[in-house]
Amino acid sequence: MGAYLLRRLLNYVILTFVGASIAYLLAALALNPRSNYEGKHPTPPPAEITRMLTEKNLNPDTDVLVRYGHWLDGLAHGDFGTEVQGGSVGQDLARRVGVSTRLLLFATIIGAVGGVLVGAWNAVRQYRASDQLSALASFLIISTPVFALAILLKALAVWFNNASGTSFFQYDNEYDATITAFWPQLLSRAQHLVLPTITLVLGEIAIISRYQRSTMLDVLGSDFLRTARAKGLTRRKAIYKHGLRTAIIPVMTLLVYNTVLLFTGATFTETIFDWNGMGQWVVTSIQGNDTNAVAAVSLFVAGLVLVAGVLSELAYAALDPRVRA
Amino acid sequence: MSALDAAKEIDETALAPIVGGGGRGRLIARRFTRNRLGLFGLIVIVLLFLAAYLGPYLTHWQLTDIDFDNFQTGPSSAHWFGTTQTGQDMFVLTMRGAQKSLVIGLIGGPLTTAIAALVGSVAGYAGGWLDRALVWFIDVMLVMPSFLLLAILSPTFKGKTWLLFVVLLAAFAWMITARIVRSLTLSLKSREFVLAAKYMGVSAPRIILRHILPNMASLLIIDATISVAVTILGESGLSYFGFGIQPPDVSLGTLIGNGQDAVNTYPWLFMFPAGILILIILAVNFVGDGLRDALDPNAAGAKAKAKRKQRQTDEESLPGDTTVVEIAQ
Repeated sequence: MGAYLLRRLLNYVILTFVGASIAYLLAALALNPRSNYEGKHPTPPPAEITRMLTEKNLNPDTDVLVRYGHWLDGLAHGDFGTEVQGGSVGQDLARRVGVSTRLLLFATIIGAVGGVLVGAWNAVRQYRASDQLSALASFLIISTPVFALAILLKALAVWFNNASGTSFFQYDNEYDATITAFWPQLLSRAQHLVLPTITLVLGEIAIISRYQRSTMLDVLGSDFLRTARAKGLTRRKAIYKHGLRTAIIPVMTLLVYNTVLLFTGATFTETIFDWNGMGQWVVTSIQGNDTNAVAAVSLFVAGLVLVAGVLSELAYAALDPRVRA
Repeated sequence: MSALDAAKEIDETALAPIVGGGGRGRLIARRFTRNRLGLFGLIVIVLLFLAAYLGPYLTHWQLTDIDFDNFQTGPSSAHWFGTTQTGQDMFVLTMRGAQKSLVIGLIGGPLTTAIAALVGSVAGYAGGWLDRALVWFIDVMLVMPSFLLLAILSPTFKGKTWLLFVVLLAAFAWMITARIVRSLTLSLKSREFVLAAKYMGVSAPRIILRHILPNMASLLIIDATISVAVTILGESGLSYFGFGIQPPDVSLGTLIGNGQDAVNTYPWLFMFPAGILILIILAVNFVGDGLRDALDPNAAGAKAKAKRKQRQTDEESLPGDTTVVEIAQ
């Protein structure tokens, strides 16, 4: 068993490496970092641009494999390279992971728990008005592109603020940087968190609840649940103790992948609400022709897939006693 | 990767053979039309298609026309959806965007499924080193950040046909279905009718095309429908950031991107393209759901619905369904 797991892990690691390498090579070939300097006023002389590009391992005249070699060499020493603007990619990465974590922590917990509960509740009350209403609502949310949903929420917030003459909803950035005292700043952070969290939670609940509902329906008709009821458990207790736990197992994998990959998947939400997290970096790094940053994002995503794979197997083992044996 | 195995398990029930000819087709058509939302979705798609292609002829404005009397004015009898800041007619722009989204989705969705069917069935049927190589290729594609790579690659097609963009969208979306197709192929491979064909000397490509793939037609049809929605979402998302459809061409995504800052002041710039986009995807999803119920009566929702219906009408005992149950177990 141990050898099998080890081989699987090794395979994951190799996949991550290959995936990130391909992403680096494509980015290095397709992006044009030179344009960043040519657009500057005053434009630096071409020789100076070339020198700066070479210094950052971005010179398109250097053979791409040589650049890839430099990048790998840096990675081996824990160095993600330099951004076009001169900052350290590694530091930016750490800062952005922090921002995304603060954004996603509540959203993923509320989304996952909410999705499972809504799904289970609808399965128990199949075909009631509430079930059909939430089916329709999920369809509508799943069919609404995240960017449209986020822009709509933002518009509603602006409307509410104007109508009520307050600034209750905040929709730009992580917090108001002019507020420095601890409690007011915490409040400001909470206000800024509301809209992006709603955006993410709605989507998560819509998807998870559909899966949870269908697995729950399968479980509700099962023999072991009838046995539990026959032993004298109340319906509520039987469903929560025996039904829900079994029904969560197939959804767990989806839940783990969704949650982990949201780290870079909140691209639209972070961009529209102006949070400088990982998701926003996906877009800004490409728009800035920032090859090293793009490579760091790709490596991070590939790493996330690996983490999600391991986590979902652990979660599976934790929930399904047959796997532990 | 166990996420995919789980997905496979969920979808394995969709393995419903299309037996015989007209009878089954009629049955499915009847089941589909009974699903009101599915039928509604289909009608909406047809209407949207007509509106997108014929609508612009109902107004005398052209895509490039500039109305110097109307800059950023709201909906009126002259401009049904209002005008943009530069005096372009929003209705014509939105319909042009809807054309793009519909065509890209309807080409890209089936294309995605076709790639998945090809790779999955070849891997599963061939086995050996070819199987291992293809599975590894699928895994590598899954690890790569598809949105990021699409965003990097699509501007390199600037000035070339948007069909390349569709191919690119499909190229990053087929992997999970390919895994499902592969595992279904593995189980079909050892069935008697495939073995019989093999021993009679039928070539491998022919067996895949004539015996393996038709046996997972339901799955492929449902997957193609879902892929239509996924492709449209991908296209509009990339276009929203300016990575997809490039100006002067318009897509609903670029229109939404252009209109987003004016939501509260000039809402028609955002609301019309966003509304049409949501309507398209919603309709496609309804059709997909209706098809799933019609093709895959074994699925949880459909089963219960069928039971309820049977109490009311008691009309059908379905010869196909027993086969479905046998195969699913």
